[in-house]
Amino acid sequence: MRFMLLQNYGPVESDCPPMTEWSPADIKAHIDFQIALNAELAQRGELVDAQGLAGPELAKFVVSDGIGAPVVTDGPFPEAKELLAGYRLVDVETTERAIEIAARASASPGPGGVAIRQPIEVRQVLSAPDPEL
Amino acid sequence: MTSTGRATGRTGDTEGLLRELAPQVLGTLVRRYGDFADCEDAVQEALIAAAAEWPSGSLPDNPRGWLIRVASRRLANLYRGDVARRRREELAASWSLSLAEPTQERDDTLILMLMCCHPSLTPAAAIPLTLRAVGGLTTREIAAAFLVAEPTMAQRISRAKATIKASAEPFALPPPDQLPDRLRSVLHVLYLLFNEGYTTSSGPDLARSDLSGEAIRLARIMRASVPDDREVTGLLALMLLTEARRPARTGPDGDLIPLAEQDRALWDAAPITEGVALISGVLGSGHAGEYQLQAAIAAIHDQAPSHAATDWPQILAIYDLLETMTANPMVALNRAVATAMVNGPEAGLALIDGLDARLGDHHRLHSVRAHLLEQAGDIGAAAAEFSAAAARTNNLRERHYLATQAARLATESRTATQP
Repeated sequence: MRFMLLQNYGPVESDCPPMTEWSPADIKAHIDFQIALNAELAQRGELVDAQGLAGPELAKFVVSDGIGAPVVTDGPFPEAKELLAGYRLVDVETTERAIEIAARASASPGPGGVAIRQPIEVRQVLSAPDPEL
Repeated sequence: MTSTGRATGRTGDTEGLLRELAPQVLGTLVRRYGDFADCEDAVQEALIAAAAEWPSGSLPDNPRGWLIRVASRRLANLYRGDVARRRREELAASWSLSLAEPTQERDDTLILMLMCCHPSLTPAAAIPLTLRAVGGLTTREIAAAFLVAEPTMAQRISRAKATIKASAEPFALPPPDQLPDRLRSVLHVLYLLFNEGYTTSSGPDLARSDLSGEAIRLARIMRASVPDDREVTGLLALMLLTEARRPARTGPDGDLIPLAEQDRALWDAAPITEGVALISGVLGSGHAGEYQLQAAIAAIHDQAPSHAATDWPQILAIYDLLETMTANPMVALNRAVATAMVNGPEAGLALIDGLDARLGDHHRLHSVRAHLLEQAGDIGAAAAEFSAAAARTNNLRERHYLATQAARLATESRTATQP
């Protein structure tokens, strides 16, 4: 089963400040945690892909009717908090395992090593029908 | 994969031999059978077959002849499955043609390089095609290096070949008056290929750093083909002098270390020696192009005992010259950095203020301004600029570096204001 674990720019439940206001040591601990988690998932054969996205400052919205020139909107966006910040695509045995990974990601360390409690959206990726059905 | 030989573009062993023979074999096939796109597919298959068969036993007596034979057979198979009976007959008729002369091989490689970097192709199309047709890399290796699926990369390469086919260019050197411009296209593609490997953003770093080694190897091949072109030498020197600093450019955890803070003892001495010799050999013999000037700057950095003890007035003089030759705003930005080193951060900042219109909201503008503001003692403004740069970069490592700098300054200014 494939799951997308998504995180956006919205507030985290721990109410911690943005990363640029953390201490350098806390930033390093946070990044090391993410790298180690990805390495562990890769080691277990569960990691399909993990990417961070460039910030909302570089985001664009595109709308087109397929006929005229598309309408391209540049930031800043009032709804920037809802934009995707990054994702992990994992291939796991059970939904429970996907939730377990999401919980690990949510508890990534913030200032003083305290878990930031980042909300992680867990979405199953649609797949081909089960051949036994 | 990690040998320094690979990093500086020198390859040995079977893999190296295959890569070296790839453009020669392809040149021979195109001369015999005409169709570049089909011949290139056939050579790719022959290279894969050789890689599978040769390492297990010893090399065939005539590796080049083996590859030509196998590739010709693949081409024949390709046409057998084809309805083009006429082509098959043409192919059979041409079996008896003689092998290319060694002097022709050098030209063939150059022609292939010019073809793969044809101005009708975007760099994104030219780079993988060059890696395959001239570099002898497999589609799988190229796909892995660019972090895309193999069928996607195969498709990108065949579309590039279709574009070349549509241009209907003969397999020959372009007229002498067009050669300099066409060479510039090749150098531009090799330069971008080198940077692709050097500014690794994410994914399997090793595979991508090999791209720099491959760019250096291809630049060496170019230099052998056109030894009198000083810009080719300049580009090769620039690559070597930049690559030499790679071991100091990232910390143990992969974090980015800027030039000013690098441990120079980690720099690789051999490519520095070679790069300095190359650039010294061509400078002063007439008008120097952009790559020669960039290499000259890199040579000054690589020979300096420290960032502070660098010959900044000399670097500034070269940037002055470069800025008259190119509209590249990055050159203007680097010139502002050199100005700050010579005349103080305020002088650098004044130059940067004039660049806003040309560079827009580019992260490099913010990060350079942040560094100069910090040097000028304006810690609060510097932290804000580092934050702005971190939010605008599309490079993960750079983002980590910039966010950490912002955090460091924010911590510093908090400590400073505390009673």
